[in-house]
Amino acid sequence: MSYFRAENLSLHFGGLKAVDSVSFAVEKGEILSIIGPNGAGKSSIFNLISRIYPPTSGRIFFEDQDITEQPAYDIAGLGIARTFQNIELFENATMLSNLLVGRHRHSATQLWQELLFLPSVRAGEKVHRRRVEQVIEFLDLEAYRDKLISGLPYGVRKVIELARALCSEPKLILLDEPSSGLNVEETDDMSFWIRDMKTELGITVLMVEHDMTLVNRVSDRVIALNYGRVLAMGSPSEVQRHPDVVAAYLGA
Amino acid sequence: MRFLFKTDYEDDIRLFPHSGYVVSYGILLAFLVIAPFVLSSYLVSQLVFVCIYATVGVGLMILTGFTGQASLGHAAFLAIGAYTAAYLQQYNVPFPVYFLAGGLLTGVVGALVGFPALRLTGIYLVIATISFAFIVEEVLARWESVTHGNEGMRVKTLSLFGQAVPQNGSAFYFLCLGVLILTIVGTLNLLRSPTGRAFVAIRDSETAARSMGVNVSLYKVKSFAISAAITGLAGVLFAHKLSFISPEMFTLQLSIEFIIVILIGGTFSLHGAVLGAIFLVMIDPFLTYLKDDLPGIIAGIFATFGADSVTASKIHSNVAAIASANGLKGAIYGVIIVLFVLFEPLGLYGRWLKIKLFFQLFPLCKRATFKRQKIYVKSERNR
Repeated sequence: MSYFRAENLSLHFGGLKAVDSVSFAVEKGEILSIIGPNGAGKSSIFNLISRIYPPTSGRIFFEDQDITEQPAYDIAGLGIARTFQNIELFENATMLSNLLVGRHRHSATQLWQELLFLPSVRAGEKVHRRRVEQVIEFLDLEAYRDKLISGLPYGVRKVIELARALCSEPKLILLDEPSSGLNVEETDDMSFWIRDMKTELGITVLMVEHDMTLVNRVSDRVIALNYGRVLAMGSPSEVQRHPDVVAAYLGA
Repeated sequence: MRFLFKTDYEDDIRLFPHSGYVVSYGILLAFLVIAPFVLSSYLVSQLVFVCIYATVGVGLMILTGFTGQASLGHAAFLAIGAYTAAYLQQYNVPFPVYFLAGGLLTGVVGALVGFPALRLTGIYLVIATISFAFIVEEVLARWESVTHGNEGMRVKTLSLFGQAVPQNGSAFYFLCLGVLILTIVGTLNLLRSPTGRAFVAIRDSETAARSMGVNVSLYKVKSFAISAAITGLAGVLFAHKLSFISPEMFTLQLSIEFIIVILIGGTFSLHGAVLGAIFLVMIDPFLTYLKDDLPGIIAGIFATFGADSVTASKIHSNVAAIASANGLKGAIYGVIIVLFVLFEPLGLYGRWLKIKLFFQLFPLCKRATFKRQKIYVKSERNR
């Protein structure tokens, strides 16, 4: 059995088939990229996995558990974290509190304990902060610790979003266009981090990406989509040479 | 300017980031403790109202300021707390019990209001909470066996551990101050723990909060419940302060006053709730003063510039008619809200921070430091 599996996943908006019976599997510890032209259904697949939309049909399995019917807030609890294409940070909070929200699934304190700020809450806070500091160091974010998100540049926000996802200590991370809006250097950094996430932290990565340099550099396997259907699946070079993929990008 | 050098996670967690805070809050506390012995009884009475309004402000701040859910129904929560106190007092229930019961019952009602509110955002949530407030007002007026309807209910003098605590005495002031301080400390505790951060997360992006594992519905209900419970506690004190309650005290205008408290104080910090409460309680005697003296002043000005006595008295009576017109207070409140939203959206506390920064940076402050930026408005597509 694979680590993560989508079976005949479909998402229809009326007559529009955003995702049309897509099946794929992710093995533990690999980096799988999903590519495809605009509107191919890449982000929709992510939104199905994180349960922002309920799928029209099909099933999703993670660690041999059917998660298709799980409520959205449970997905993070299972160890699946995600980033968003158009950054969804908590704008009017500091970076530190943004990252601490990422720790939410690990918090075990009750409301009344928090109102009194009992020693258990204090101890929990220290653990959360230690973990957050590790992520901050991993992604070189020390300079922005107490800065409000609303005052930070786009490139930094993109990294902070990745940091927030890492703070939840995920087993599987979904990256929705991690390099969009980043310059060449920042994209380079991003590719090293994605590699390190796999090798150092042992996180399985599923990512949607347009930048083929980044895809080639980090991916173990690639899936190409168009019109909600899988065109090709395989190693980065295989998929790029596949006639259907060439036709989808360049027109036949 | 002071730079904090943090060496321990405690430095981030503690309530007072550095010794300067301890000193300034210590001075404030010392002033508040000696206040009833040096100030006139009128001012002490006003301070009691400040405490009660600030407590409601803190409650509303949790819901509106930190969770981002607007409410125009907080007068109803205050009423539920007040009526619980008045009702239980008839059966000689001791104060601590009906004080907590008032908070608890209001919290439960708040949670029940929270459930239908889960599917509503923005203006629709405001409409729903207004309707809730009207329902409560109507119930209070009609449920005569419990609330005595429009006749209202008398609230007996508070007695705590066998001691009478008259609503004009300093003991009652200390009680209200204590409740306010405990509420603020509890709320600060909440804000520095996972629940408080989940509230802020819901305010800024529900989608992201959900994908980080926050059960958005549960936390919204929690926020409603906590906010209502605090307002209910304030309601018990409110009932004692006024010693008489009737349904027409808990109208929409009172809810709007609570919104003014947090909006004018600044919706991003608990300081705002207290500053807003001071502003609101102090503006009332000012408006009364204007109502009494404004006609004379304006007529006097016209008289000095050569208006004859007939014109002057005509002006006097016209201005008096305007100043005592029905609903003028509401209109003035409306104007105040509009002006603050337009020109000082961060409220009094935001202004205070700007003044502080001006002096910290002193010769280096530029006009552009506080220039407001146009902020990209996030789409509501994924809510």
